Amino acid sequence: MKVLVPVKRVVDYNVKVRVKADGTGIETAGVKMSMNPFDEIAIEEAVRLKEKGVATEVVAVSLGVAQCAETIRTALAMGADRGILVETDAELQPLAVAKLLKAIADKEQPKLMILGKQAIDDDMSATGPMLAALLGWPQGTFASKITIEGDDITVTREVDGGLETVALSLPAIVTTDLRLNEPRYASLPNIMKARKKPIDTMKPADLGVDPAPRLTVVKVSEPPKRKAGQKVGSVAELVAKLRTEAKVI
Amino acid sequence: MTALVLLEFDAAGIKQPSRSAVAAATKLGDVHVLVAGAGVADAAAAAAKLAGVTKVLTAEAAGLDHLMAEQTAALLVALAPAYSHMLAATTAVGKNIMPRVAAVLDVQPISDIAEVIDADTFVRPIYAGNGLATVKSSDSKKVITVRAASFDPVAAVGGSASIEAAPVPVLPGSSRFISAELSKSERPELTAARVVISGGRGMQNGDNFRLLEPIADKLGAAVGASRAAVDAGFVPNDYQVGQTGKIVAPDLYVAVGISGAIQHLAGMKDSKVIVAINKDEEAPIFQVADYGLVADLFIALPELAAELERT
Repeated sequence: MKVLVPVKRVVDYNVKVRVKADGTGIETAGVKMSMNPFDEIAIEEAVRLKEKGVATEVVAVSLGVAQCAETIRTALAMGADRGILVETDAELQPLAVAKLLKAIADKEQPKLMILGKQAIDDDMSATGPMLAALLGWPQGTFASKITIEGDDITVTREVDGGLETVALSLPAIVTTDLRLNEPRYASLPNIMKARKKPIDTMKPADLGVDPAPRLTVVKVSEPPKRKAGQKVGSVAELVAKLRTEAKVI
Repeated sequence: MTALVLLEFDAAGIKQPSRSAVAAATKLGDVHVLVAGAGVADAAAAAAKLAGVTKVLTAEAAGLDHLMAEQTAALLVALAPAYSHMLAATTAVGKNIMPRVAAVLDVQPISDIAEVIDADTFVRPIYAGNGLATVKSSDSKKVITVRAASFDPVAAVGGSASIEAAPVPVLPGSSRFISAELSKSERPELTAARVVISGGRGMQNGDNFRLLEPIADKLGAAVGASRAAVDAGFVPNDYQVGQTGKIVAPDLYVAVGISGAIQHLAGMKDSKVIVAINKDEEAPIFQVADYGLVADLFIALPELAAELERT
């Protein structure tokens, strides 16, 4: 079975991001970019399915600027077989991303698509369920464990009060949570090998999708800064201050 | 304009994050709410008492029992024509269902709003709360999840809404609920607690989280954890406070052995009072703490428990 994994190029999670002085967005010039961490987990899970003989092919898809090819290369180095890049300089919001991915799924006919549960830049946490809706597929979001048997997939989900297990018929969408697996580091030989793996490039128009955003960013501002308070010398002093000064206990 | 809010409930009533979502909806117009599942009569009665709610819709069908995304989204889509805004709290349930609803309606969802500016314009945190984006939607219908910590929940009593059964469409059968393994705890839920005490990697192992318990008992606190502590396997993921876990804003947040990574701060920096206990005085958590105690947590925690016990 074929597994499709969308991967997003985002500001590296270790970067301390700054709001642009003119309030139009986040400063991304000269900032280190990486694969969205939850997408690494998605690629890892797909590659493990291939290693177990459950998946026959793993295809990594990225949408965005030309440099997204680097994100695809990272996925290929981790073990994906080939890549698809939908190249555009336009801002892509989750609805447009879901439509583009649906168009690709219609062509590629995967049995399973694994996505990160959330991208750490826009924090929308929307694309997985939106894609599932457009395809008319069931979804297992925030997965911490998946088991595939025949035409069914069992997904254990991280929910607010603990865990929930659901059974879905394939084809289906899975979105990854942290504990699904620990992604591997690509070895040097695999990085070299990845350079030879094919990446197909296309444009949104080739897929018949209008990616125009529906949300206009009016402005981006800095959150109010919290000031550092005081250091206390002892537990007794801490408790006294919480009681008489902060009055919270 | 009328807004519809999907409510979550349990035997104790309507959950607090849902009451915060109702609070956000009251800024948009008339508020109707939906309770779905099997045997929702008690929940409907509780929902009818919520301040600001004018109508309660009930939907009873076996497929709606656990608010599964496929079935609940189909129900919401069927109800959508009557509403200008559809909302739910930014919880595991809301995040699972609302984008699905939005996609079917050809709408870009507006996730995790922290402020309502007007019927089309909202403020939402991006980049783990390091930026606050004001966004204006051009969609005629809005599908929204609400950051519960940013809206004071409406009162659980005071309203007197009418209750009406909603027609239930044919629900998809491509998914089914198998089981739930919910953490059993006598403590308040993380997102509803007045006090939260969280442990980080400095706790060293899961057993040491017991050191937090007497303090949590004394303060009526929920126990949380940083992502580092969850990644290290000390505690389950539902303890996680942060960008990829739960967002909390209690009156008092006590961070123990937590360095203060951006991802963690994103989940707790709106707390009213923050206390940090860490042996590393350079830890970034001290930059946001109102009260910082530089100390070995294995000495400070028993002392704190004893000090709280004393009076």
